[in-house]
Amino acid sequence: MRILLMGNPNVGKSVLFSRLTGVHVITANYPGTTVGFSQGHMKVGAEKAEVIDVPGTYTLEPTNEAERIASEMVQTGDVIINVVDATNLERNLYLTLQLLEKQKPMVIALNMWDDTGHLGIEVNVDKLRALSGVPVIPCVAVTGWGTKELVEAIPRAAPGQVLPQTRDERWAAVGNIVQQVQQIRHRHHTWRERLSDASVRPLTGMLIAAVVLSLSFTIVRLIGEGLIAYALNPLFDLWGGVVMKLSGLLGGSGFFHDVIVGKLINGQINFTQSLGLLTTGLYVEFDMVLPYIFAFYLVLGILEDTGYLPRLAVLMDTLLHRLGLHGYAIIPTMLGLGCNVPAILSTRVLESKRERFIAATLISIAVPCAALQAMIFGMVGKQGPQYVVLVFGTLFAVWVGLGFIINRFTRGFSPELLTEIPPYRMPPWRIMGQKLGMRIWHFIKEALPVVLGAVLVLNLLYTIGVFDAIARFLSPIVTGWLGLPKEAVTAIVVGFIRKDVAMGLLTPLALTAHQLVVASLVLAMFFPCIATFVILARELGFKDMARATAIMVVSALLVGGLMNLVLPG
Amino acid sequence: MFSIRNWRKPVKLAPGNGHLPLTRMRNGQSGKVIQVAGGLNIPERLAALGIRPGQQVTRIGGMFLRGPITIKVEKTQVAIGFGMARKITIEPEA
Repeated sequence: MRILLMGNPNVGKSVLFSRLTGVHVITANYPGTTVGFSQGHMKVGAEKAEVIDVPGTYTLEPTNEAERIASEMVQTGDVIINVVDATNLERNLYLTLQLLEKQKPMVIALNMWDDTGHLGIEVNVDKLRALSGVPVIPCVAVTGWGTKELVEAIPRAAPGQVLPQTRDERWAAVGNIVQQVQQIRHRHHTWRERLSDASVRPLTGMLIAAVVLSLSFTIVRLIGEGLIAYALNPLFDLWGGVVMKLSGLLGGSGFFHDVIVGKLINGQINFTQSLGLLTTGLYVEFDMVLPYIFAFYLVLGILEDTGYLPRLAVLMDTLLHRLGLHGYAIIPTMLGLGCNVPAILSTRVLESKRERFIAATLISIAVPCAALQAMIFGMVGKQGPQYVVLVFGTLFAVWVGLGFIINRFTRGFSPELLTEIPPYRMPPWRIMGQKLGMRIWHFIKEALPVVLGAVLVLNLLYTIGVFDAIARFLSPIVTGWLGLPKEAVTAIVVGFIRKDVAMGLLTPLALTAHQLVVASLVLAMFFPCIATFVILARELGFKDMARATAIMVVSALLVGGLMNLVLPG
Repeated sequence: MFSIRNWRKPVKLAPGNGHLPLTRMRNGQSGKVIQVAGGLNIPERLAALGIRPGQQVTRIGGMFLRGPITIKVEKTQVAIGFGMARKITIEPEA
């Protein structure tokens, strides 16, 4: 048996999915969090049923990629659980009627039931049950209230009895149902609603955005730096002792020793320069990058779950129009500051292929992931904060400038913003914690093997002299045009695999501040890491991926070279 | 497309009888949707979010430089791009 969880965007399908199946998926308080579908299993009576979390859609006539996936999924299900936002019956019931017209066994889950009370909404569940002809179960997915009753209702799922109708007939039917089942009491504005209104007005909106963004940035840095200084550095000091002993056991030198421990610098291991699996490999990922990953996703989780991001979309809409996008593209972009892979996937919420191309290209060029940012903070920051500002300022200018250019020279047009702004909510802390855990685990799982593999391969290639050959071949560009030492070629090549390790490889080269700025920019822009590249190819298709890559190479060389010319020494 | 070339074009008033495009409403003003014009599937997309003729809406805010207009319809807030918003005709409440 296959159960589909279907409903409007941002009604809590994914939270309910996690409840029913125990499979944790990323949830957030904005429409379009889920852009693909997740699968899990649950017990219905004695039977094992497959449950699918379908992306949210307002109608079965799709307007974007995520909705297209949803409308195609309908046919494949045996039972539909239609998740309905009980505080927004009218809008939600339109899809409900469309689903009933499919005449498949269905159950309606009236989610966010707890919110109806303080919003002054009364819903007559029995009447809705009678009018729809299928079981209707009130529930609160974030707390789990009512989910047991929902599971028990699945075997009683009844096929919809509604005949296919036109849009106008359907809206009339919705109006009719709402009139019979819903009563609204008048009630005063709450402070949350006042804050919500202020967020989408120009002056107050800008002010709130400035406070939210600068606060977010400060918290990420405080937590990141705090963890490094007070937790991870002491830990790695201890670890250093262990590895030194190991180094002694392995004889202090030799190929095997150099791969595992790395080269000793002045008879000691040096976490940033030894380049061994157990030294630099672990240090870069766990000491330099992981604390920022934790801090970034903690703050992003709060921004996502309170519902602030769609307000940012409204604020950024005018700017993003100049780049051939609309405001909602800010959400994939913010996700890209964590990791480019989910960011490019989430461009599926944009309506046209053109917008998806522009958004994905800009993300992979000018939006550095948290791992790379951590390295830029760590390494460039040592030279002085003004250089960090220079790197990020340049990337922002590239994001805007390049977007403007691509918009000019890409055919087609980009549609306008149209999005629901969800109410501000208190983040569900437990679910938010799980999301943070998932994202960190995902990072470790993806990064660790690649990083260790890269360090291993690097050592091998060094030994057989491959890098010398590449360095000679590319030296006119790297040395002549970008003004970097020829050894930096290694870092640029490794940048194809992972950017954080690539940055790490620059440490032993003792670059000047300006060289570091150029190198950071080139690494950030030049080529997406391999994981992003694969996703780009899959989401954009080969031709657009090739175009995006060409834009990356040209703009990276241009910006890197110009910076080299402009910056003295 | 909404480009620099046309963003100063004057907003055309809907004809007569006190009807206004959504873009000309004041913040906090309520009214009834009279007509939703526009090509592609824009009327359908708006309808799916509850914005269709006969529906009561309240304007909450509009971003400057012809940014999106945010309105409240039922219990939901919806942000609508300026170009789309100017094609929604409203009969404002007295």
